[in-house]
Amino acid sequence: MSVLLKGFVAALVLGVVCTGSLSAAERAFEGIGRTPTPEEIKSWDIDVRPDGQGAPVGHGTSAEGERVYLVKCASCHGEFGEGAGRYPVLIGGHETLKDMRPEKTVGSYWPYASTVFDYIKRAMPFGDAQSLKDDEVYALTAYLLFMNDVIDEDFEVTQDTIGTIKMPNEANFFMDPRPDAQPDGPACMKDCKDEIKVVGRARVLDVTPETGGDDKPDMGEGSAQTQAQAKPAEVAAVPAGDPAAGRSVFNKCKACHVVDSPKNRVGPSLHGVFGRTAAEMEGFKYSADMKAVGAAGLVWDEENMAAFIADPKGYLGSVIGKKKASTRMAFGGIRKAEDVRDLIAYLKQETTKQ
Amino acid sequence: MTKKTSRTTPNNHVALPRRQFLQAGLAGSALAATGSLGAASVARADGLGIPDWSRQLGATVDDAPYGKPSDFESGVIRRSVEWLTATRESSINFTPLYALEGIITPNGICFERHHAGAAEVDPEQHHLMIHGMVDRPLLFSMEDLLRLPRVSKFYFLECAANGGMEWRNAQLNGVQFTHGMIHCVQYTGVSLKLLLEEAGVKPKAKWLMVEGGDSAGMNRSIPMDKALDDCMVAFAMNGERLRVEQGYPLRLVVPGFEGNMWVKWLRRIEVGDESWQAREETSKYTDLMPDGRARRFTWEMDCKSVITSPCPENPLLAKGPNVISGIAWSGRGTVKRVDVSLDGGKNWTEARIEGPVMPKCLTRFYLDGWEWNGDPVYMQSRAIDETGYVQPQMTELQKVRGVNSIYHNNAIQTWHITKTGEVENVRLA
Repeated sequence: MSVLLKGFVAALVLGVVCTGSLSAAERAFEGIGRTPTPEEIKSWDIDVRPDGQGAPVGHGTSAEGERVYLVKCASCHGEFGEGAGRYPVLIGGHETLKDMRPEKTVGSYWPYASTVFDYIKRAMPFGDAQSLKDDEVYALTAYLLFMNDVIDEDFEVTQDTIGTIKMPNEANFFMDPRPDAQPDGPACMKDCKDEIKVVGRARVLDVTPETGGDDKPDMGEGSAQTQAQAKPAEVAAVPAGDPAAGRSVFNKCKACHVVDSPKNRVGPSLHGVFGRTAAEMEGFKYSADMKAVGAAGLVWDEENMAAFIADPKGYLGSVIGKKKASTRMAFGGIRKAEDVRDLIAYLKQETTKQ
Repeated sequence: MTKKTSRTTPNNHVALPRRQFLQAGLAGSALAATGSLGAASVARADGLGIPDWSRQLGATVDDAPYGKPSDFESGVIRRSVEWLTATRESSINFTPLYALEGIITPNGICFERHHAGAAEVDPEQHHLMIHGMVDRPLLFSMEDLLRLPRVSKFYFLECAANGGMEWRNAQLNGVQFTHGMIHCVQYTGVSLKLLLEEAGVKPKAKWLMVEGGDSAGMNRSIPMDKALDDCMVAFAMNGERLRVEQGYPLRLVVPGFEGNMWVKWLRRIEVGDESWQAREETSKYTDLMPDGRARRFTWEMDCKSVITSPCPENPLLAKGPNVISGIAWSGRGTVKRVDVSLDGGKNWTEARIEGPVMPKCLTRFYLDGWEWNGDPVYMQSRAIDETGYVQPQMTELQKVRGVNSIYHNNAIQTWHITKTGEVENVRLA
């Protein structure tokens, strides 16, 4: 409910009480409990609905949000929303919902943008809830939506715009159709099946507490017993992109990579990357998997760079025969093919400058 | 006094998990028991003796102002699975179903699920606010609520993720872990309908948003039909005030619906015309289907049952007569029938239901007259509720839902009893 409307309702209630004539039915237990003041309601009423109802006055952009995110969120959710340990992954995961290990992130799964604001405001940071200012929550919402390619970099999330943002996965939610999985007739009592075949044993897996075992399968999202076959990432042809637009896309990369000098930062320098064998930037400590990619002879060109940027771990994995490679780059990939093309155009232009 | 040695299961001689048992220094008797089936009690040449407790005085009436179970029962505790979650505050533990009889869960071993730890709330400072699309917003103190008419009802509370680790295959070897995200107590509180009538719900109102006072600020949308049907704002469980970890001083009771909706430390109810699409009903507690689409508002807990004796924690110790018993429940009403199969689901026999049968409450069943001949057994139970719903095999569930839905696994459980009497969690094709 908007603040204005709330004030109106509260005033109406107070007015009704003062004149002593209730428009609605009388209470059965008059005198038990009291009317909360508008200030009391406001102090607790923090929820925001998909249509924007309840959104407080405020605003924020992704650039502002990135600054807050790095200080307040990255230690658990990772610098790129990839999630540290078992903390939730926030970014990426697009087109994984049918996979053996779906990644349900803000971008790939969440149906409503308002939920991002509502949840951060009430529950985050974990252990320091309700400490963020409304503008900070708007900014974080903008940052997470931008990093998930839902909004543009300069989109301002405000009390007026939050209800207008459409999330890509909204249409894929539907009402519970249960009951399901029911027999055609009455429950079978006799000769219901031909043979008994054991296809799994918990003792073999051995992850039960106090019985030992170091295997740590996911809760319902995969187990050590079933692994999907690695699916090689599709390598698409790369039409020419727009280097000017690519400069903006590179904002997602520049915290860790430089393009115009051979200086390694958190990530290796990209200067002269095209034509270089993978994992050969001098002075950078690469992961074992990236070294394996280099040993396999991968030389960076526009095509494989595009495939890598679209799905870093999956693409490198396909090179070395793993489902997902483990690299030092936490970034989850860039979703839009157009953005990848523009970024490649930008990299081609900038990394070759002397 | 004699040295007290804890047992972990109701069966006196064998205790799983085995490692813990070995650590307790009882390996000899355990192996003896499992190794020589039927030799549970050996005659003693010097008679049965006169133990200390038959000679000396016991504890005074002041020693335990709030009593606890015998030290010999100290293994009957909630346990957690450390690898499930990122932190211990946002996590879950499991009810030791293997050790329970009847249908009521003692308060101290009701499973816990928190999203930001168990908040310690001062009841004198706690309030319940009702506002939004109502004729008159109201603010109740705990004292206020205790002046209103009360109801007392028995209900199970099951986490939607109960069995969530078992979708792909048999994974955890113990009924505590495969089925322990459930408890069943008698709740006492005020009917939610009464509170909403006091506030006066506007005709266009269709939903409630309920919210907890912990630092997760847990919020869920409740449809108005359910709110006016059988929901309760409870302050007591099993005759005493709620336990801290169960939402003291106030929690919502949403009978038959998934546990996440039973908001603890309940502080606020907002009435509205649309659902809120909170994080816990979008990002979580929605069921991902094989086609990449997702079911939402999957509230009801489907009819389900499990055998709690025997089970991995309760192996068979002797051939001949043994107790087969378990629990059944349905979020849609009463349990009408429970069948037991001893051959992996080929043939079924109707079990005996014992004790009260109440809607949305645990129901206890037994299969009488069973004698174990020492051969391997694939034991299953299957519950049918008053709506005619039949608990499905996992193969049937997977046909519809695949393996990524996490929530609402109500499949039939198979226990494999080996020749030694040990029991393991297995999955049948």
